[in-house]
Amino acid sequence: MALLEVRDLSVVFRRKGEEPTIAVDGISFDVEPGQTVGLVGESGCGKSVTSLAIMGLLPSRGVDVSGSVSFEGTELLHLSQRRLDERRGRDLGMVFQDPLSSLNPVVPIGVQIAEVLQRHRELSRKQARSEAAELLNRVGIPDPARRLDEYPHQLSGGMRQRALIAIALACRPRLLIADEPTTALDVTIQAQILNLLTELVADTDTALIMITHDLGVVAGLCDEVNVMYGGRIVERAERHALFTAPRHPYTNGLLESIPRLDAPRGERLVPIRGSVVDNIPWADGCAFAPRCPNAIEPCWSVTPALVADDGRMLRCHNPVEVPVTAGEGVR
Amino acid sequence: MTDDVLVTVDDIKVHFPIKRGVLLDRTVGHVYAVDGVSLQVRRGETYGLVGESGCGKTTLGRALLRLVEPTGGSVVFDGTDVSTLKGEDLRRMRRRMQMVFQDPMSSLDPRQSVESLLVEGMRAHGLDKGKQATHQRLKELLAAVGLPESALRKYPHEFSGGQRQRIGIARALAVEPDLIVADEPVSALDVSVQAQVLNLLEELQDEFGLTYLVVAHDLAVVRHISDRIGVMYLGSLVEEAGSDELYERPMHPYTKALLSAIPVPDPEVEDTREQILLTGDLPSPANPPSGCRFHTRCPWRQPARCDTERPPLREVGSGHRVACHYAEEILAGTITPHEVEPELAQS
Ligand SMILES: Nc1ncnc2c1ncn2[C@@H]1O[C@H](COP(=O)(O)OP(=O)(O)OP(=O)(O)O)[C@@H](O)[C@H]1O
Ligand SMILES: Nc1ncnc2c1ncn2[C@@H]1O[C@H](COP(=O)(O)OP(=O)(O)OP(=O)(O)O)[C@@H](O)[C@H]1O
Ligand code: SF4
Ligand SMILES: [Mg+2]
Ligand SMILES: [Mg+2]
Repeated sequence: MALLEVRDLSVVFRRKGEEPTIAVDGISFDVEPGQTVGLVGESGCGKSVTSLAIMGLLPSRGVDVSGSVSFEGTELLHLSQRRLDERRGRDLGMVFQDPLSSLNPVVPIGVQIAEVLQRHRELSRKQARSEAAELLNRVGIPDPARRLDEYPHQLSGGMRQRALIAIALACRPRLLIADEPTTALDVTIQAQILNLLTELVADTDTALIMITHDLGVVAGLCDEVNVMYGGRIVERAERHALFTAPRHPYTNGLLESIPRLDAPRGERLVPIRGSVVDNIPWADGCAFAPRCPNAIEPCWSVTPALVADDGRMLRCHNPVEVPVTAGEGVR
Repeated sequence: MTDDVLVTVDDIKVHFPIKRGVLLDRTVGHVYAVDGVSLQVRRGETYGLVGESGCGKTTLGRALLRLVEPTGGSVVFDGTDVSTLKGEDLRRMRRRMQMVFQDPMSSLDPRQSVESLLVEGMRAHGLDKGKQATHQRLKELLAAVGLPESALRKYPHEFSGGQRQRIGIARALAVEPDLIVADEPVSALDVSVQAQVLNLLEELQDEFGLTYLVVAHDLAVVRHISDRIGVMYLGSLVEEAGSDELYERPMHPYTKALLSAIPVPDPEVEDTREQILLTGDLPSPANPPSGCRFHTRCPWRQPARCDTERPPLREVGSGHRVACHYAEEILAGTITPHEVEPELAQS
């Protein structure tokens, strides 16, 4: 049994007088302790909704969540609000893209961390405060004792993200979900934060779900990568395998369309045609078909299933051929 | 000045006053957004400006088009000093320099149809010569940016992000400019769509002989599209070189750190590369450090000189300029990096 088992998770938003939005459409994956699992894909593919569903943070009205999310054998989707709050503080931590909106603007940083510590680890006030300073130090905030009394707006973006990570770590969670934790930050600050996360995962055996649209971040950080498109996983592979030989035309298209810092210059980018608005419903065939250079007849009429293919999972009727040479070094 | 230079920026400065008091009538300091930048953009080339948030890229681009009034310095466009132009002359000059913005949604008036958005600029500059000719021109513009003719009657919200950026580009093209300043032209777009717009910009450059100043924080994007690159830090250029040269032989410590921080979508590269991790945050441009502005975070900083003496941007090789006292020593390895204690950024 894995630490976290997500099975057939679906999230549908319903609003009166509108077509329901299928944000997440039958997703399954596992996360083991100490493992970093990536969720990548472009805007609107369902990354954040997946993480919110796991954390039980979706609104209670107008949303249908189905499937199963089991954490150490406990089904999270059916937990009472109180039980879930407990779990969230203690076993599950989350770091969001925008630290400002997830910190309380009128409460000093130190107090926000100490509150979590007092609630979930039953420390005294004094203990909590000194532990909070220790945590700020751990996440690389200089002069932590002074920073404890500062308010979120007094910290820079990078510092706030560190503070948020400190809060998420306060209770030594077994699983940390980071949703675009560095997207709002500059690259040099991003490098600091990613380094911090990598260290933490290695030191504490925490499992990490890393959500990002940046394939570069994934390449350096994740053990296993799930590529999402239109609410479904279209390819899952170990990172080396995924990047040396992407098999799903969407994964392949993404890699060919992004400019690489280390690519020879003058090489033309190969864009993916159209945009997500061209998608067809998964129920009718492959959602990616209208944009796919590999699309064949069945793609327009038969929904492709996610099937095992040579050590990876693939949802495609006509995947990209394995280059003869590329496959060698990987296995 | 040589003929192949289209724009010469000389020691340009943009300082925004920080106002306080009930009537905001007291100036208590300045944000040194752009603080002495000199550069040249050649005809037909793409000059890329990179740097982190708040380093002054947008302000420099705007100052170049005189959309913001520079505090000092000059901009010479095709032989004419733009800084002194007024009224009709300034308006005429503006036609030749257009801007493409980061967020196409907020820069396009949602109540105007695409046709009216495109014709607006043409009309303002007297380029709508009769119904027939204008219609022909609109058709050409749409074809150039890869949109169907039916787009003319639609409104911005009816398009995807990438298509909206195409409209923004068509609008800039409509007045037949020589220079396009593109401020983060792809950063609001989905990764799968960025390449479409980058390729389009390159095609249009070939077709119309355009000169570009591309401003972006993503060095991979900038390197892909630019012939030459200027790296900014806290309002100044710290390094300038040809795109390949900058990537292969970065000399300024900040450029080195920036390059090493950019994730590459290749696990082999990611696993083996050496990162230069900067400590601390960007200092505030209202209170820039003395001496070399980078000295508070620089792993190669040397005592005394770096803290007190501001290094000028100097030529270190053909077409390669760098603002670091010790660039040669760092390159040769005679000065080695050391730990930097993070300092508190004073905001
Ligand atoms: N509260 C909500 N009500 C209705 N629809 C929603 C809601 N939240 C998300 N959605 C829809 O669900 C889909 C998936 O959204 P999600 O936020 O998970 O995307 P994402 O992959 O995180 O994208 P991004 O990279 O932009 O953050 C989108 O189509 C979005 O519009
Ligand atoms: N109109 C203004 N009034 C006062 N300060 C300003 C103004 N415009 C910009 N600034 C300040 O000038 C500095 C440089 O801003 P600028 O927008 O040029 O940076 P940038 O490099 O484009 O950053 P980003 O990557 O975030 O777009 C910032 O500190 C900014 O807050
Ligand atoms: S001048 Fe000094 S502080 Fe500035 S970049 Fe060079 S070595 Fe670093
Ligand atoms: Mg999201
Ligand atoms: Mg800007």
